[in-house]
Amino acid sequence: MSDIVIAGIGQIPVGEHYTIGLREMGVRALVQALHDSGDLKPDALYIGNLLSSMISHQSNLGALFTDYARLGGIESYTAEAAGASGAAALRLGVLAIRSGQANTVAVLGVEKWSDLVRSEAEAAIMQEMDYDYESIPGLTSTGQAGLIMQRYLNDYDLPPDALNGFAMLAHANGAHNPCSIFKNQVSPESYARSGMLCDPLNMYDGATYADGAAALVLTRRDLLPKNFPHPVIRVSGSAASSDSLSWHDRHEPMAFNAAARAVSSAAEHAGILPGQVSLFELDDPFSIYAALTLEACGLADRGKAWQMARDGEFAIHGRLPILTMGGCLARGNPIGAKGIYQVAEAVTQLRGAAGANQVTNARSALTLSLGGPASTAIAHVLERE
Amino acid sequence: MENPRYWRLKKQRYGLVGEVCPHCESKIFPPRDVCPECGSEARTEFTFSGKGKVYSYTVMRDAPAGYEQNAPYTVAIVALDEGPMVTAQLTDLGEEKVQIGMPVEMVTRKLREDVEKKGILVYGYKFRPVMRASN
Ligand SMILES: [Zn+2]
Repeated sequence: MSDIVIAGIGQIPVGEHYTIGLREMGVRALVQALHDSGDLKPDALYIGNLLSSMISHQSNLGALFTDYARLGGIESYTAEAAGASGAAALRLGVLAIRSGQANTVAVLGVEKWSDLVRSEAEAAIMQEMDYDYESIPGLTSTGQAGLIMQRYLNDYDLPPDALNGFAMLAHANGAHNPCSIFKNQVSPESYARSGMLCDPLNMYDGATYADGAAALVLTRRDLLPKNFPHPVIRVSGSAASSDSLSWHDRHEPMAFNAAARAVSSAAEHAGILPGQVSLFELDDPFSIYAALTLEACGLADRGKAWQMARDGEFAIHGRLPILTMGGCLARGNPIGAKGIYQVAEAVTQLRGAAGANQVTNARSALTLSLGGPASTAIAHVLERE
Repeated sequence: MENPRYWRLKKQRYGLVGEVCPHCESKIFPPRDVCPECGSEARTEFTFSGKGKVYSYTVMRDAPAGYEQNAPYTVAIVALDEGPMVTAQLTDLGEEKVQIGMPVEMVTRKLREDVEKKGILVYGYKFRPVMRASN
């Protein structure tokens, strides 16, 4: 069977797009990705999205986007896995090509966030948790991360600013990403002065939710057009895993077991070790999730990821670069679209097109998307030929 | 919250009623009919004592719609004495500083305003500090 390659990528800047809606955002990313692929013709479109039915009052996005992007008649529908929705749509695409059901697949991650006022939008995203037993008591996703961070700081007896290395490295990288919201640097002093969101989690520990759309075109290696202008990037591993929906139902609350399982099986599938990749686009809706992911995947000792972040081990020229284009903390968190941004960013690195953020001699990348506190985890391994 | 859903979950929210597994004796909350420990069928009702300890806590400052009137409020994970953990607001804190390990007990309070205009104020469990042994 032929290898699966990522032939095209497209992304619009993450931000507040008041003048364009869900459909314009999605179509722009799709058109860009198809053009970037050398105008391949997809025979399926899979879409990652969480909130369109609540915020845009729009479902059946498959019919909407095939129609508006003029992809007439092809198979198309949405995958939903909270913050991992985009990665779930990508995995559907990989499975469709691997099974022989499709030759070329377009994948779109799209999220319209900014149409609601803050308290209504917070109420909308609460549905990614256990609605009856976490949301009804008045917890939000940010509150959940605050609970987890509180326990982490307590278990390892750490000061309140222990996790500041993640915001600092994400902002250092995001400053050079044309699609990121934030271009400012974060210092230990500005971190310490920052207001609380859900104590001890402050405004630099929680990514800003925002609008976004990003797209990929996958195809079989042997179907790439002659004179294909980019380096060839293969999808060499793909895996998904789940854990309890409620964080309070975990036997080991600090172990992101689903993240560990998804990463180890995607890496095994690719025939590499997670620590051997050139870069790791992990998921950082909250800085504590980055720390727990690195520890779950064996890339940091338990209770030590924060120290490694401070020591520069995860910076662009560090031992294992992460969040190389700013991650959620600096690029912004476009929720159901973020999994596609992560992969588009990894492809940019592997193509050698990351500019000031280029990881030297980037040959392979690991990507990981989380739905909730690693209730869902979906990982991919990409390699440059 | 929808009327049927509100009534369906009343026992859990007012009385902390869960289940006990007849096979391995595990106490289960919320009820799920399949024991999370041994996988057997578990449908025997069990009412929790409502006593527990704070496992972690946070302060909600940007409250979601329906909860703004109480903001800022404290949400905790409470490890119940019988085993399971629940997510709940802490109340009646007064001057007391919340700490991990702090003993707490269940009370019933209003959780949410009627933002959806369905005629339902949501009541349910919260936890308060256990009175000191000075009495
Ligand atoms: Zn049992």
